[in-house]
This record gives sequence, structure tokens and C-alpha cells, in this order.
Amino acid sequence: MLFWEGCPSYPEARTLLEEVLATRGIDARVRMREVRTDDEAEQLAFPGSPTIRIDGQDVDSEGARSRPALTCRIYRRSGGGVSPIPSREQLEAALG
Amino acid sequence: MTLALASEAPPFDLPGTDGSNHSLEDYADASLLAVVWSCNHCPYVQAWESRMKALQRDYGTRGFRLVAINSNDSDTYPEDSFEEMQARAEREEFNFDYLHDEDQSAARAYGPSRTPEVFLFDRGRRLVYHGAIDDSRDEGSVREHYLRDALDALLAGDDPPIAETPPVGCSVKWRA
Repeated sequence: MLFWEGCPSYPEARTLLEEVLATRGIDARVRMREVRTDDEAEQLAFPGSPTIRIDGQDVDSEGARSRPALTCRIYRRSGGGVSPIPSREQLEAALG
Repeated sequence: MTLALASEAPPFDLPGTDGSNHSLEDYADASLLAVVWSCNHCPYVQAWESRMKALQRDYGTRGFRLVAINSNDSDTYPEDSFEEMQARAEREEFNFDYLHDEDQSAARAYGPSRTPEVFLFDRGRRLVYHGAIDDSRDEGSVREHYLRDALDALLAGDDPPIAETPPVGCSVKWRA
């Protein structure tokens, strides 16, 4: 999980991710990587915090194409509305 | 430094997305005035935006005005430029004024740290509530309606039951 300290959503996202992993019985380690600068955001193609990649794949491929920036990431809900963290359904789908 | 409770509202005079400038004095008729730090790009703002419109709709006839101010550095966050603000205000049919604080002078005077962040002033323009709109970005999970409760109390002649809460949202994007 890539995160930027300036956005408060990553602890909630981490908790949700760990819940989903536990529910699925997946024994995986969540690796946290802080993004501190614009240059780092550019190098890591970081479209905002939090960005969750599972085996290198972003859990929200559409949002992953946003401009790299130190910002809170927008996750669009399938039923409309937005959230600063991915939905449980997005995480489950990303896990396959 | 953030404005302390009971402080007087600092003056501002800022361009709005409606094409006019709006100053603090322009809201003199409002019995209650909420100045909300806001922006375009933040998912927390976007999650709360419909509730901002609902507050203006529900309390507007009772003398309440909500004014949103965007102070973010649009050089670094181009989604927060004045042009993008105008587009968003039109697309989302804002029923409140949306002002651009390009030089961040209003932000320095009020001292917000987050978007959204509410500064609610009484008729004498003293700060009577500061913080979050309510207790959850997820509208379906709201249990504490901080701003609504403050408005109801003030309109009934009482003090807000809670005068200060921690704002939750994106950081204000200061110019380097």
C-alpha cells in the first residue's frame, strides 16, 4: 500500500484490506510504502493516497490512470458517489 | 493558527464562481453564517458536498448562509483552479457561493487545516462552532449531525451542544 501522510484515509484502508484478506483466508503481508515528495509520486505513478496494488496490480485500474500527485485519492462507487478508500467489493474483486 | 471560538469573523473579499466578488459584509443579512473550507479535488469534500447543499436548502429560509472557500494552491493542484471551480459549481448545481482564495489570505486569517472544515458564526459574527459537518464521510453512517445540531440550537436561542470537533478531510494545500 502506497500512502501519503497528508491524507488521513490510509489507516482505514489498511484495516479494510486486512479484514478482506483475513476473510478470504489469505496469509499475505501488507507492505506499507510512504510517498513523501512529488518526485516520488511521479516515479511510482502514485495517483493519490491510498494506492493499493496486489501483486503489482492496482485495485482500481481506472483511478490508477490519474495524474501522479500527493493528494487524497478518489474512489468512485459503482452506485454513484465517491470515497477516499476503495470499497470492500473492489478489494475482493482485485483478489480474484 | 486556527481561529479560536468566540473570535470575530475575519473579513474577506473574494471572487466567486458566479462571476462576482463576495465579501463578509455581503452576508450581513444572514443570521448564521457558515464559512466552509472546501475545494474540488478532495474525495472527503465530494463525499460531504451533497450535505452542504442540503444544509443550505434546509436552513436557508431561516437566515442561514453557507459559503465555501477554496484556498488550495492550484499550481500544484490544477483541479482546484478557478476555472475548474466554476465548472464544478455549475455541474453540481451549488446553491451556495463558492469563492476562490488564490492568495490564501483568507486561509491565513481563519487557519483551516482540512477540507471540508466549518467555521460557523452567529449574528454578531462570533465563532460558535468549528470543525466537521458531521461525524462520517459516509452519509449512511452519520450519527452526530454537528453542524445541524448547532444550527438548531442557535435558531432556538441556545448554544451549540458541541462547539468544536476535529475536522476530517484533505489537508489545505498551502503555497510553498
